[in-house]
Amino acid sequence: MNFNLNDDRPIFLQIAEGIEDGILTGGFPEESQIPSITEFSVLYKINPATALKGINLLVDTGILYKKRGIGMFVAAGAVAAVRRNRQQQFYESYILPLIREAVNLNLTKIEIISMIEKGFSNE
Amino acid sequence: MNEAIIIKDLTKKYGSLCALDHVSLTLEPNHIYGLLGRNGAGKTTMLNLINNRIFPTEGEILYGNENVTENSSAQNQFFLMSEDTYYPENMRVQEAFLWTSKFHPSFDPEYAKSLADKFQLNIKSRSKNLSTGYRSIFKLIIALSINVPFIFFDEPVLGLDANHRDLFYRLLLEKYSEKPATYVLSTHLIEEVADIIEDLIIIKQGKILACENKEEFLSKAYTVAGESRIVDAYCQDRKCIGTENFGGLKLAYLLGRPAPDTQGLTVSTPDLQKLFIKLTNDDLL
Repeated sequence: MNFNLNDDRPIFLQIAEGIEDGILTGGFPEESQIPSITEFSVLYKINPATALKGINLLVDTGILYKKRGIGMFVAAGAVAAVRRNRQQQFYESYILPLIREAVNLNLTKIEIISMIEKGFSNE
Repeated sequence: MNEAIIIKDLTKKYGSLCALDHVSLTLEPNHIYGLLGRNGAGKTTMLNLINNRIFPTEGEILYGNENVTENSSAQNQFFLMSEDTYYPENMRVQEAFLWTSKFHPSFDPEYAKSLADKFQLNIKSRSKNLSTGYRSIFKLIIALSINVPFIFFDEPVLGLDANHRDLFYRLLLEKYSEKPATYVLSTHLIEEVADIIEDLIIIKQGKILACENKEEFLSKAYTVAGESRIVDAYCQDRKCIGTENFGGLKLAYLLGRPAPDTQGLTVSTPDLQKLFIKLTNDDLL
């Protein structure tokens, strides 16, 4: 249960995730420049320090790199790296909450597996 | 210019009313501050004292080791957009821009004109004919066009519609990124500035309740939600600053860090506005 309807995770994490989404979907191709801190700050109406924190998170993990005096760029191999990170988080982010909710609803393991199969057949 | 403003033991009394009560704090260079407080808490008094509009009863305000009161070289580094409009009512907006550039050498008239275009403020209008919203916009444009290290906004978005508020916040962030300065926003619209400000100052009845980094401030509080009895049991011996009931469910605001074991309860971080309301509601603190 949550009284707060908004995503209440820290904004810098949401910024980092948004950039990762852009990298995965091809909006920010490898070796291309991403928007500046100012552009992120103005777009999301957030303090530039928060935008910088989100971007630095991706610099630290090698997804982005800085060209001095020019800006931030998507690293070569970033798509594969983001996908790998997300795959590792998939179990915690999706499977565990799914099982928690299923238990609350008295859904059995077999029922869930059949729903997953149904989902795949609609893909 | 990388000096801070240091406020030491500042007190302002109006007769028996103590508007500011021994306030000490530091305003760092190149930060965006939110100055938050309920009506009559002392926000405007503090801004007027820093900007030499009124005199302190006790205490001092220092900028680069100099007292700022009656000190024009220090005051030239500050600008206050106040709630009141001091321009003659028959003066046209473009004349006000001209006069502002005479009093404030750092005023950028070209930038002011470009902002007037963006807000669709007719610079030929006379100040007395402006609507409440446009009177605020007129003052905002001047404040955004003055390039000094400290800019203070007292209720900057008073009367502005949602579109113009949005435009103001974006322009402020753009300006801050390009020409860093300290911006102090005194506002009641906490939700709107919550993500823009880096630091906050909360005043309650003339006293400082908090003056720190916003994230650090928020990390000192949390909420727990769940079945009322479980929440009540959890809150015993903990510093609970407010609760909300919803049927058999309860949400409690607590200070400190959540216990490692909160089974059956949902723990989350409160947003700034809700925490502000709980902290300034009554005499809990």
